Amino acid sequence: MSAESLVEQLKTGLDAPICLTWELTYACNLQCVHCLSSSGRRDPRELSTAEAHRVIDELRSIQVFYVNIGGGEPMLRRDFFDIVEYSVSSGIGVKFSTNGAYIDDASARRLASLDYLDIQISVDGADEATNDAVRGSGSWALARSAMDRLADAGFGPFKISVVATRHNVSQLDRFKQLADSYGAQLRLTRLRPSGRGVDAWDDLHLTAQQQRDVYAWLLDHGDSVLTGDSFFHLNALGDPLPGLNMCGAGRVVCLIDPIGDVYACPFVIHDDFRAGNVRDAGGFTEVWRSSELFAELRQPQSAGACASCGSFDACQGGCMAAKFFTGLPLDGPDPECVTGHGAAALSVPVRIAPRPAHDHSRLAAHR
Amino acid sequence: MSTDIASAGLLQRALELHPQVALRPEPFGALAYHYGTRRLVFLKHPDMVAVTRSLAEHDTLSSALRAAGIAESRWPSFERAMSSLVESGVVHER
Repeated sequence: MSAESLVEQLKTGLDAPICLTWELTYACNLQCVHCLSSSGRRDPRELSTAEAHRVIDELRSIQVFYVNIGGGEPMLRRDFFDIVEYSVSSGIGVKFSTNGAYIDDASARRLASLDYLDIQISVDGADEATNDAVRGSGSWALARSAMDRLADAGFGPFKISVVATRHNVSQLDRFKQLADSYGAQLRLTRLRPSGRGVDAWDDLHLTAQQQRDVYAWLLDHGDSVLTGDSFFHLNALGDPLPGLNMCGAGRVVCLIDPIGDVYACPFVIHDDFRAGNVRDAGGFTEVWRSSELFAELRQPQSAGACASCGSFDACQGGCMAAKFFTGLPLDGPDPECVTGHGAAALSVPVRIAPRPAHDHSRLAAHR
Repeated sequence: MSTDIASAGLLQRALELHPQVALRPEPFGALAYHYGTRRLVFLKHPDMVAVTRSLAEHDTLSSALRAAGIAESRWPSFERAMSSLVESGVVHER
């Protein structure tokens, strides 16, 4: 089977996701300006420990290999280690994202003792000033301290996770050096206008030239830098980047949010992309296999305005979330379309961008 | 080691699925996940899945192919696919 026909088959969906993101809590000690889940305050409807265990039991029975745990700051849950250890001992690997604030020496040792556990420490600048401008004052020091502790505890190769922005894209080599200095792996992902990112997008998203720079840099670094296949819209620039060239939303990926809502992907926390809740009858499996939304996403999608563009096969029209939250039609160009069609679409006089479903920001009441 | 055995003579090697690899059946074949390296690999044909699962019961790849009823004309493509599984660590030499 060719790579193209595999992708065609994956687009029709699988009986279980390949890659599932599970945000454990909306609580967060930081208030990053681009937070994809508008996190800050804990939601009182958060899944209980017992409910989290039931989700893990289900994931085991449908053979999900690993979950990407995030938040919010997942370590703010009192049962964080319970959930992680239950998952790992069920044969479901855990990759979790943290800002590092709660990794002290004891927790670093406990994390290092677990098999099938990967950690991503998030930073969004290669120095304190660039990072803290996005992630908040003191966040650089916390992240570096967590990296040092993991290294001291002998955790092994953790990951350093960076969202590419207008202000850090000139630092890619420095991020790589930082990762190399710890024997860590660099993960670079695309900024989406999701969550608080709706408001931060205009200031942070890459310029056209910066997109070309990132593409060239990623091509140079191949598989040594992880991307979550998030830059496939750049494939219209030339040779494809490593990874699956497709939007996996509702087809091979999805999100379970802290209150059990299942969304098509981590970047579309909005009622239009909510497929159900793990508390519904039939649980997660029923939502994944039978929701109307996911059935629709697994149908052939219209290329719409992109149909006449010679690059559509390469870029697939880009990212659904990026289009949705910039108010663009889903069957048209990505706002960061490398051929410039997105910029043209964004310049229409009246464009109404949807707001995210929830806002758990700690300052939300004052907005 | 893995690249050496991938280069030539794979048909005559004794292979097996790596003990840290899980296979999940899919309409196109299977997903293979290596818990050690965290690599996810696609097995793109059900016959390839059957052969891969049976490797440990056979002295060589060619005997596994024969037992699975794979026509010899298809062996070169199976050998190529198997060598990429060896390269990714999904399959290793016994």
